[in-house]
Amino acid sequence: MLESPKSSKTSALSAKGSVKKLKGETKAKGSAKGKRKQLGKKDEEEDVSMASIGHPEIFPLVFTEKTQEILNCRINEDITEEKPYKLLKKEDIIQDMKTRAAVSDFHPVKKIVLEYPGEELLIVLDREFKYGQNFYLVATEEAKESFLNPPEAVEEEGETKEGTTEEYVYKPPVRKPWVSLGSEKEIEEESVNESVRKIKYMISRVRREFGSKVKFTDRNASSVKDGYIECTSYQDKNFSIMKLEKDVGAQVVPKVREMSTQTKWTYPRNATTQYFPREFSDEEKELCLSSEDLKEFIISVFLRVEIALQQNEIMNAFFDDWKALAEDESAFGGKSDAYLKEYQSFTDLHYLKHRRVSCVCWHPTIYGIIAVSVTERLSYEERITQSGKLLLQKSPILFWSFSDPIHPQLMLECPEEVYCFEFCPSDPNIIAGGCRNGQVVLWDISEYEEKLQNAKTGAGGSKNTAVNMPTFIQAQQSGKEPHFVRYCAVSSIEYGHKTVITDIHWLPDYFEVNRMGIAFENRTGVCVQLVTCSPDCSILFWDLRAPKTTIQNSTEKAKDEKAIEAPPDVPTTFKHLDLSWRPLIKANLSKSDTSGDYSPTKISLVEEHFHYKMQDKMQYQIKPEMFGDENPYKQLRVPSAKPLKILENIATNFFVGTEDGEVIYSDWKMERESDSGRLISQKPANKYTIHDGIVHTIQRSPFFKDIILSVGGWNFAIWKEGVTSGPILQSCCSSKRYTVGHWSLSRAGVFFIGREDGNIDIWDLLEKTHEPSQTQNISISMITCIKPWIVSSKQHFLAISDDFGTLHILEISWTLSHPSSNERASVLHYFEREVKHLDYFEQRQEFRAKEREELELEKQRKKIKVAGGQKSREQMEEQMNINYVDFLDEEKKILTGLGLLKATDRFA
Amino acid sequence: MAEVEETLKRIQSQKGVQGIIVVNSEGIPIKSTVDNSTTVQYAGLMHSFIMKARSTVRDIDPQNDLTFLRIRSKKNEIMIAPGKSPSASGFQASC
Repeated sequence: MLESPKSSKTSALSAKGSVKKLKGETKAKGSAKGKRKQLGKKDEEEDVSMASIGHPEIFPLVFTEKTQEILNCRINEDITEEKPYKLLKKEDIIQDMKTRAAVSDFHPVKKIVLEYPGEELLIVLDREFKYGQNFYLVATEEAKESFLNPPEAVEEEGETKEGTTEEYVYKPPVRKPWVSLGSEKEIEEESVNESVRKIKYMISRVRREFGSKVKFTDRNASSVKDGYIECTSYQDKNFSIMKLEKDVGAQVVPKVREMSTQTKWTYPRNATTQYFPREFSDEEKELCLSSEDLKEFIISVFLRVEIALQQNEIMNAFFDDWKALAEDESAFGGKSDAYLKEYQSFTDLHYLKHRRVSCVCWHPTIYGIIAVSVTERLSYEERITQSGKLLLQKSPILFWSFSDPIHPQLMLECPEEVYCFEFCPSDPNIIAGGCRNGQVVLWDISEYEEKLQNAKTGAGGSKNTAVNMPTFIQAQQSGKEPHFVRYCAVSSIEYGHKTVITDIHWLPDYFEVNRMGIAFENRTGVCVQLVTCSPDCSILFWDLRAPKTTIQNSTEKAKDEKAIEAPPDVPTTFKHLDLSWRPLIKANLSKSDTSGDYSPTKISLVEEHFHYKMQDKMQYQIKPEMFGDENPYKQLRVPSAKPLKILENIATNFFVGTEDGEVIYSDWKMERESDSGRLISQKPANKYTIHDGIVHTIQRSPFFKDIILSVGGWNFAIWKEGVTSGPILQSCCSSKRYTVGHWSLSRAGVFFIGREDGNIDIWDLLEKTHEPSQTQNISISMITCIKPWIVSSKQHFLAISDDFGTLHILEISWTLSHPSSNERASVLHYFEREVKHLDYFEQRQEFRAKEREELELEKQRKKIKVAGGQKSREQMEEQMNINYVDFLDEEKKILTGLGLLKATDRFA
Repeated sequence: MAEVEETLKRIQSQKGVQGIIVVNSEGIPIKSTVDNSTTVQYAGLMHSFIMKARSTVRDIDPQNDLTFLRIRSKKNEIMIAPGKSPSASGFQASC
């Protein structure tokens, strides 16, 4: 029983441990809660179980020997290994506990014993001290049963099983000792083991500090070592270069100092001073002038002054290069803008129906007034058949104003159809016209001058007259009905032209012509003479003043007065001329070759008052001042008896265009025929047949007095006076007939030509000379008249009339109306070149003629030569033979040279 | 006297010359081809101008002196030929 002391010791120890345990537990538990004190014992008993190792029904007990004797569970006597348990009766245990009270071994399990439902409790010897004591008590019946029975049951079951199966003996696997074959090393190598023991840190923080506000505090950087890193500055050697040279500029500046003061201005006060320049008295002046010093000075200085003046002469000091430059450039750029813009057009259904405009004239002074004469559009036969009707319907001259395109301002009565008319240059109220029957008509519209001037404001003013009045009265009273002006005077029918007057011109006011055709000085200062031409082969000069002969004959005068009583509303300006007006000169144009005469249609004089610009009224007022306030024309009665000065420098030549398309250059001076004493005109100096139809226009250029444009048929020509070989420029035939032409008034090289299809050709000589630079369509019918007019530097108008009686006013665009700076010079140059070209052409013609002659001579000479040197037949044959032999030799030589022919001859 | 007249006439006859005024060193007109008021006006205006021009030239170079003065305007040109200065004795005319 060595074990028993051991066990007793251990059991004692364990008992002590358990008691200690118990005591600790009770202490712990007792201190925790007071309520458990009463249940302390019970708890003690419960805690004794082996609940801690999963067997709550097992209670380890220590049995002393005495207990063992009492209960007959002595080790190795009652309880052996084969039967390590004993069933004790519950009453015995209770008896034991009563007898030995606290000393009883069962004391710890007293409660369990008392509560035990069964009668017998199982005590098991625990040899291995599996549960810590040498005995243990099984507290529950089920555990007791399972302890006692299951092994038997299992054994029983096992025995029964063995009996049924056929000799299969189940051998549970026998434990064998593990033999190492060396695989442990590999595993060790492969396995990952932590070589270093991991250090574990546990950082804890008080929970309330999580998420709390951060408090920042300042800390001085220098307080802590390495609190900051410093980059200290150091002197880099690269920058220690010494500047040995310095570049400095200095400027001298005048010392300027500004100072200002303010004066106290108390009150304004007028103060004047009067001074006179120092002047020498006359004696002093004389003294000075005669001094030697002055003389010397003047002489010395004079040279300088002369040089300076001459310098100015040589070069124009006032020439603005900048401006000149600008003009040139603008001229080239804007050529594409050349066009005619429609400004206005006038037509009247009442008077202009079926009528053709024959002539258009701008009013010289009043802006916007233009006069138009119309004729019937009938052929000659129709005229004859309808002559009776025509007498009643007289076409008037209409005055149009820009302000009123529908109603003409003024109407001039015409005795017959007026084919051409002109305003008098000296007095725009006098109008002279040429009629169909060869009469010259004069009008005086002085009364209506004011009305025409107020044409702008007057139109449309009387629209608001009473509506109730009948229309015919209204028409008369409305004031829109143009005033009907009767003509002042007409020329005598017998002495005038025989056919229609196609052209009429006023002679300029600085000369007048006498019966011989010699030009005299004109003292009256106004235009007094007219020139007319007509296809009846005559050119007539008319004088507005009454011829001398009528004054002498008083009876004739009386007759005139009686016979003709002028109607009341006719001005009496030219009453002296009415129906008795005779031409001054009658110039015939007789053909030089044949016996007939030329039939002029248009005339152009050298000295012509070219009216192309609106002139100020002042110009007209200057001249009449000489005669007082009255109109000088009213005082024109008699040509002055004073001897007039002959003007030498007036050219009496003129150009005439005829019906047959010829251009004639002649002189109007009359010669006195030696035999009869009659005055006959000179024969024309030159004649040219250029055009294929009637010459409609002969006009001098407004820039060059000797350049004339003639338009007729299908072409036009430009002539230079003095160049007798021909026109300097002649256009090629166009597809359409040219009907009218006119030079441009502002550009030297531009002229307008109207065609029968209603187109206007704008020719620019500086641009193209073979075709028009531009063509513009104006109307559908034939163009009958073109008249340009300059109103202001910006407004240039072109009046174009057509066959239907419509008058178109077009505005000329800037490029067409404004010349470039040297245009005139260029055009002049061009004409000169053309003249030279003509000369050259003539020379070449001569030269060519000579050449041709020479060629002819040469040919003849050659023929003679050839005839003498002809070889005979035999000679030719011989020559041929010789040639042939030469050829054969040559052939042999070559062939031997090539090795193709055997040189047998050599050896032969 | 006659020579003076003749010389002045020659200048006057040049093309474009409108008038001549001869003035003494103090600016008082001695002879003139234009009316009195114009003469006085020109003389008065030109006197100070000539003084200024001369002093300018002399300031830049004391050895130098004014020989000719031309004032060119839009419409015309004024030419001034100054005589000898009070200090100098002679005067060289430059060609």
